[in-house]
Formats: sequence, C-alpha cells, structure tokens
Amino acid sequence: MTILETRPVVARPEGGSLIEQFELGLDAPICLTWELTYACNLECAHCLSSSGKRDPRELSTEQCKDVIDELQRMLVFYVNIGGGEPTIRPDFWELLDYAVSHDVGVKFSTNGVRLNPERARFLASTDYVDVQISLDGATPEVNDYVRGPGSYDTAITALANLQDAGFKDAKISVVCTRQNIGQLDEFKALADHYGATLRLTRLRPSGRGADVWDELHPLPEQQRELYDWLVANGEDVLTGDSFFHLSAFGVADGGSALPGLNLCGAGRVVCLIDPIGDVYACPFAIHDNFLAGNLLADGGFENVWQRSELFNDLRSPQTSGACTKCAFFDACRGGCKAAKFFTGLPLDGPDPECVQGYGETALASADRVLPEQGKDHSKTNPTRNQPIMLTLTRREDLQAPPVSACAENPLAGFTF
Amino acid sequence: MTTQMLDEAWDLSPAVALRPEPFGAMAYHFGNRKLTFLKRMELVEVVRGLAGCRDVRSTLQTAGVSEAQWPGYVAALQGLAATDMIRPRVTSQEAVA
Repeated sequence: MTILETRPVVARPEGGSLIEQFELGLDAPICLTWELTYACNLECAHCLSSSGKRDPRELSTEQCKDVIDELQRMLVFYVNIGGGEPTIRPDFWELLDYAVSHDVGVKFSTNGVRLNPERARFLASTDYVDVQISLDGATPEVNDYVRGPGSYDTAITALANLQDAGFKDAKISVVCTRQNIGQLDEFKALADHYGATLRLTRLRPSGRGADVWDELHPLPEQQRELYDWLVANGEDVLTGDSFFHLSAFGVADGGSALPGLNLCGAGRVVCLIDPIGDVYACPFAIHDNFLAGNLLADGGFENVWQRSELFNDLRSPQTSGACTKCAFFDACRGGCKAAKFFTGLPLDGPDPECVQGYGETALASADRVLPEQGKDHSKTNPTRNQPIMLTLTRREDLQAPPVSACAENPLAGFTF
Repeated sequence: MTTQMLDEAWDLSPAVALRPEPFGAMAYHFGNRKLTFLKRMELVEVVRGLAGCRDVRSTLQTAGVSEAQWPGYVAALQGLAATDMIRPRVTSQEAVA
C-alpha cells in the first residue's frame, strides 16, 4: 500500500458525537493488536491468523523494543498481544517487562501452555498486565473439537495457576460458535469459579476460520439467544464491542444498541501489527486488501498509521449501499467489513450475519466469490494437536445395517 | 453540588495520561484502565489547567469559559471524577492531619 507524502487534513465537525469523530480516525489507535509470532503449539480450526509456523522474518527482540518505544512516544497506552502463541517466543517475558516499564500496558492472549505456577506468580507481581485465556467450549468435548485435544485441560490448568498465585481478574476469552452458544451460563460459572471475567467475541470467517465458518457460525436463532443473554448478563461480561451487528435486535425491541462503539473501527481506531511488522486495518483482516504498510519498510508505525493511503481511505466517508435504506442502519452501520470480505460479500452490502436476514439472501447469491486466503502459516504436516472435527452420528434414514445384494440369509433385511 | 465543586481544588489524577486528539483528548487511567474522551478542546484546557489554579472556578475563568457554560463543564468534571480521572487536591495541611 502507498504511504502518502503528506497527511491529508480532514475537516472535522466541532463537538459532534464520538462515533462521528472516530469515523474520521484518531492520531493513534485506541486499541492496537500485535501478533508477536505466527508460531503456535495448537492448530485451532478457526484460527483467524492461520497460525502454526514461525515466520523467519519475525521481528527481532531489538526491533520489538523499537516498536514499544514508538508506541510510548505515540501515547498508545496499551496493546493486545497475541499470535500464534506469544508466550512461546523466548523473549516474550522480556518484551512484556519492557513494554510495561515504558508505559505500554499489556493484555496478552494465550492458550495457557506456558502459564506454570512460577509464571503465574510473576504475572501476579506485575501491574498493567492482563491475561486472556482462550477457551471455546465450557466442556472439553466442545472446546477440543475446534482447539484440539488437551487444549481444554491446558487452559483450565493455567486459570487455576493464576488463581493460586493470586492473579486478579484474568479473562476467559470465548469465540461464540454454534456449538457453544448453549453454554453461556456454564462459561459464566467457570469464570466466577476462577475469579475471572468472561469475554465473548464474534467468530470471524478470517484465516482458517473461512474453512469452518459455515459449520461453526451461530444460527439465526442462536444470534437472538446470544443477544438476549448479553442484555441479561452483559454488565459483567466483556465483548470487545464485537457484536455490534446484533444491535438491530435492541432497536427493533424499542430499546437501544448494545453498549460500546457499535462501529467498524478498522484503520480508524484499531489496527494490527503482525509478526513481521506488516500493519493491517484490523486483527480480523490479515489480507493484502487490508495491508496498510510495513513499519520497517515504511518509516515506522506512526507513519503508517497516519499516512497510509488505505487508512486514509477507511477514514473518509464510506458508502454503505443498500444498507443505508434499512431502518436499523444506525444500529449496526453495515456490520463487520472482515466478515463481509471473507465470505465474498461486497463491502457496501449487508453483514453475512445481518439480523434482518439480508445477509442470508446475499450469501445465497450465485455471483459470490470467496477471496483467496493468501497468508497461511499453518503447519505443513499436522501434529497430534490438530483438532479432528468429526463426530460419530447415525444416518437418520437407516433403521438397520444395510443389506448386501448378495445376502443369502432368508432373514436378511428383516428388522425386529 | 455544582456550586460546591466550583470552590474546590482538583487535580488530574497522577495515574492519568492525556493524549491530544484532533477533537480534544483521550484520557487513560493506568490504575483502573478506564478510557475516557474529552470531546472539546476547551474541556482539555480546563482539565490541564486544574492543577495550576486555586479552585475550579478560577480554572474556568482562566480558560475563558463563559459563566453560562459552567454547569455543563462542572457536570463533565464530575463525570471525570467518578472514574478517578481527576481527584480532589490534598493540601499539605490535610495530608498532615
């Protein structure tokens, strides 16, 4: 993507709502995600960054520290660190220390593999560090189905270690799927049990998620179930503002949208730095179409954030096509760009999970072409950690085992 | 309540950093990790000016806020106080007591 020579000056309304201001972009992101590595011990079926193998061009420790220095200068007060599995980088704890001592608070996402009692005690002794353990099922069956065998036990052990060490308020981060929406109360109970806070986010068809989205994404009636649950329990539950496509439910009920931004923040208030320093508009859009630049090649992160052509496009007034005619447009503002892009829908059309049903119509359209997933870091040869997404079921149309045409037994084919 | 705050001395909380933005500022509290936006440049000036003034009234006067707008500004400051973005100044006498 081109980096503009000069920074375009946008005419801003005086006062105005925060949403109007956010749509025009900020001087630095509010929420920055930084994937430290594409290497991962797990091979989750729905990994949005298609992680597995380390990229040999990964930023070095010194380069990472330079990024942290720049974030401190830009007054980016915290970053969400992820991967891959960030804790398997040998310098992870060093970088964590470095960030915190440079006024850049850290929240990191982990599957828990390295959170032994000793690390848990270290984390409990730090300020400005938040830990988020990924768990996509409240039971091993549901979790391991997508995250791989043993991953439930790893996560629960990590939560127990954190609790025993006196770490306060860890987060349990759940991607909501067709298989786990019925477990929301169980997730909440699990969080309460470990003194943790529940965080629910939306499944995106990004990365390997595109391959399994059809099977995993919540059904329309489950969207309603999720929305109602959030309204009833939402006060103590974090959502990363990721369910704004559900806000039309509230407006239709005569209420208001879900709390939060209710706006696509891509390139406006959020972005992603990947392990090799590529800057993307959003954590769910690791694709050339959303690549703003590289912080090594294009003069640093601030330059990319403030001057990239892509980001300046995203900050200029957008057209939302037919959606603008919808009575609920103000509630969802067209939904999630990444969800549209990776399901092959036009960016100025409805979200694939539009609660008014426009998404289903669009998905059924014949001229839909799925984009190529260019950035695949999946392991070349799957390991024993790979989830096997198969379940044994009976064919409903069969009452008995099939009978061979050569069966000679006079009772063949009889059922009793 | 409104008039009471006008006569009190307030400071920006030591755990809070202000980041300038085109429309005002973003305030971040390193302790409770709350994020707040100051949507007007004038409010940013008032918040930054608190520490240098005897009380909120003189801060507003110094920033050139007309008296008719004071209730709005005091309400905004009370909102910031609710999340510990600003806190009442502890004078040395009170600290000793």
